[in-house]
Amino acid sequence: MSTDTPAAPDDDAPSRAELAARVDELEDALAEATSEDDAKKMSIIATKGTLDMAYPPLILASTAAAFGYDVTVFHTFWGLEILHEERSKNLKLSSVGNPNMPVPNAVAALPGMDRVTTKMMEKKIADNDTASIEELLETSLEMGVEFQACQMTIDLMDYDEDDFYDGVTTGVGAATALRDMADADIQLLV
Amino acid sequence: MSAEFDITETLDVKGASCPMPVVKTKSAIDDLADGEVLEVLATDSGSMSDIDGWASGTEGVELVEQEEGDDAYKHYVRKTE
Repeated sequence: MSTDTPAAPDDDAPSRAELAARVDELEDALAEATSEDDAKKMSIIATKGTLDMAYPPLILASTAAAFGYDVTVFHTFWGLEILHEERSKNLKLSSVGNPNMPVPNAVAALPGMDRVTTKMMEKKIADNDTASIEELLETSLEMGVEFQACQMTIDLMDYDEDDFYDGVTTGVGAATALRDMADADIQLLV
Repeated sequence: MSAEFDITETLDVKGASCPMPVVKTKSAIDDLADGEVLEVLATDSGSMSDIDGWASGTEGVELVEQEEGDDAYKHYVRKTE
């Protein structure tokens, strides 16, 4: 116990001044906690860049934004393709390794088959009036979704910051994603 | 339709599929004033469940009525607060 509180009895009971300071401290913490934006938060990590796997993070992000959530989508590895303005318009569907494809793997592995299956899927998407990846991305951006492009993968793939859609956040890494996940009510890895 | 409410705006999202009916409904409702009702016309059969789910999980909106019309699913959403 410090000697500058001589009025206090010589047990460990806090002084009146110490208690008052502690009350002030707690009141500040309470004010901060209650004044904080109470919107729900969703954090998605998007790791895939095939045409089929580009949809789930964008559909969930735009829908969560419609619910009023604060949404961040952290794109890493092939997920970066979704944010790449040029490459996002040419995402491919793999014809191999997917037993739901109408062709056996031995045929699917032939040269050019990925292009065929991608064209098939693109036609289905157009016929069904399903939104394009570009449309979903632009819509999500307008609704305030924060899209983050993993800096490590940007460097790894030799991309440039200008390659991405306007509004995409660059210069972020795993720690940013982790902080968002820790804050979020919903965390998804796609 | 039992018109117990006035429709302020109509949003036509016929042809659009998930997630666009919900996303466009949200954008349209943002432009309304409190108490006004948005009519949403959709052909997406999932919109019956989706608009309901969205309205019940979102602050400031209330689903007034849903109806399966001849050529469209009709949703009536009121802006609250």
